[in-house]
Amino acid sequence: MKILVAFKRVIDPDARIKLTADKTAVDTESVEYKANPFCENALEEALRLKEEHDGEVVLVSLGGEDITQTIRAGLAMGADRAVRVEIEDKALDSDLAARIFAAVYKEEEDVDLFIFGKQAVDGDNNQVGQLTAQYLGLPQACFASEVEVDEDAGEATVTREVDGGLETLAVKLPAVITADLRLNTPRYAKLPDIMKARKKEIEELDLDDLEIEDTALKIEVVSLEEPPKRKGGEIVGSVDALVEKLKNEARAL
Amino acid sequence: MAKILVIAEQVDGALKKGTLSAINLAQQIAARVGGGFDVGVIGSGVDGVVSGLQGFGAGAIYKVDGGGFAHYLAEPYTVAVKALAEKSGASFVISTAGTFGKDLLPRVAAALGAGMVADCTALAGDGADLLYKRPMYAGNVIATVRAKTPKVVISVRTAEFDAASPSGGQSPVETVSVEAGGGGARFVSFDGTESERPELTEADIVVSGGRGLKDGKTFWEVMNPLADALGAAIGATRAVVDSWEEVPNDMQVGQTGKVVAPKLYVAVAISGAIQHLAGMKNSKTIVAINKDPDAPIFQIADYGLVADAFAVLPEFIQKVKAARG
Ligand SMILES: Cc1cc2nc3c(=O)[nH]c(=O)nc-3n(C[C@H](O)[C@H](O)[C@H](O)COP(=O)(O)OP(=O)(O)OC[C@H]3O[C@@H](n4cnc5c(N)ncnc54)[C@H](O)[C@@H]3O)c2cc1C
Ligand SMILES: Nc1ncnc2c1ncn2[C@@H]1O[C@H](COP(=O)(O)O)[C@@H](O)[C@H]1O
Repeated sequence: MKILVAFKRVIDPDARIKLTADKTAVDTESVEYKANPFCENALEEALRLKEEHDGEVVLVSLGGEDITQTIRAGLAMGADRAVRVEIEDKALDSDLAARIFAAVYKEEEDVDLFIFGKQAVDGDNNQVGQLTAQYLGLPQACFASEVEVDEDAGEATVTREVDGGLETLAVKLPAVITADLRLNTPRYAKLPDIMKARKKEIEELDLDDLEIEDTALKIEVVSLEEPPKRKGGEIVGSVDALVEKLKNEARAL
Repeated sequence: MAKILVIAEQVDGALKKGTLSAINLAQQIAARVGGGFDVGVIGSGVDGVVSGLQGFGAGAIYKVDGGGFAHYLAEPYTVAVKALAEKSGASFVISTAGTFGKDLLPRVAAALGAGMVADCTALAGDGADLLYKRPMYAGNVIATVRAKTPKVVISVRTAEFDAASPSGGQSPVETVSVEAGGGGARFVSFDGTESERPELTEADIVVSGGRGLKDGKTFWEVMNPLADALGAAIGATRAVVDSWEEVPNDMQVGQTGKVVAPKLYVAVAISGAIQHLAGMKNSKTIVAINKDPDAPIFQIADYGLVADAFAVLPEFIQKVKAARG
């Protein structure tokens, strides 16, 4: 099997997010970067499928030179090689990202599965996998919590976490899957794997290589702001005081 | 003048209330740019949904009803929405930002060549210059965005929009026949979460439990009587749904789960990680019960009680019942 994994670098999800003084961007001074947690689930699933069915796992990342360290971390987890498409974050929206992924998919040929994270925890868009599936005319199974592949049938059976319960779909391969957090527990890279990852190939492409001419963004970010702070913090001394406040002050009962 | 198409969310022929929040946004856009909205209903046996959407002022209610649409599948539904958008002449396609809309709408956007605004929480801008607000970074940043395409697809964070109020009148209903087509996905099964309680995203009161409740069995023993006393829906943190099998995943509140904004949210033994806050911090009144006085949840709670949940909940439940009469 050949599996592509969309692998994104994000600001550490547990870090405090601040805006720059001019409020046009997120302050990246002294932030730490990590792989998007959902992308680690996507990669882990690809690695497990490879262990079961043989084949190749290829990471695909969009970004500048500085995301290379995150790509190496994915290679150390066990991906065979990586493709990095050179583009600035500011020059991307979900739609262009999807068109780039679709172009890489075509370039790679014979792909069986393209696994994305369900959402990138920076933009919280939850769209790139679905957009890519539509551009490629492939079936999708999003928010996956369980994946099984039957190679002979050319089909994957995927359990999806949806509002109201768990849904199971069968999708014909090739297909797009987006990974939810409960799909698996991503492995830690071991030291020898980290060493090995240094020698793995990271192919670098740009939009010209992929023959993407239309780079117009469909969604433009006009401004950023911090949400209004909630005025919390009142501590009540007893259950009686709490119930009294809920009833007479908040009128919430 | 613009035409707006609202795609109804329905499950097994029952309208999801969030659809009325999507209609609210459609009405706001229509007021800004002129024009009106239509509603699209897709499924099998959806006449009840159609009648539930009467009286809100839709120009037309388009219905795609057939066996091929009995189970939601992204590919045939994309074909159907595209057909309805063309029929309506819509330059805006709007639906809810639950798992239905999140799965479907990006495909619709790609099919229409439209930009997609995900998780819209408010409109901004002046007059016909429409800007949209949407949260990023687990709600720690609010972005204002502009769609640069002639067509726009919007998923609505329903907790942020009141349900549209009925304005009376009847909208003409038109059946549209759409070839469901093949598509590479097949429905296999659905394992629904059974609950007698109000739905999490629709409830006026939500009580949520965290990892401090020890284990799955204890979680229910503590949360059920609390929810009974308040007539509340029950939510949970990711730590809980991840580790305790007895608590289903679709109860997760937060950045990567459900977003709720009830009149009252009671957080029991929840620390208040940013990912959890992202799903509940716009609730009207927040109560936190936690034994750790330094738990971050207290910083955003209107009323905090520093206490062992097991010790105080029986008394709280009893007094809430008395107060509610
Ligand atoms: C990418 C990503 C996405 C995530 N998405 C979500 C999400 O959508 N929703 C979500 O909730 N989390 C999410 N998380 C997880 C989040 O970071 C926290 O780990 C989680 O919310 C913590 O859950 P908790 O408060 O139940 O547990 P803990 O943080 O362990 O807190 C337990 C609390 O219980 C208190 N306690 C213990 N015993 C008692 C007692 N007897 N009485 C009273 N209080 C007691 C403790 O003082 C403590 O504050 C996400 C994490 C990541 C990395
Ligand atoms: N710049 C990027 N590089 C790599 N993967 C990405 C990028 N942007 C989005 N993705 C993939 O698409 C998924 C969904 O992202 P989003 O729609 O932005 O929330 C992510 O989890 C990634 O797998």
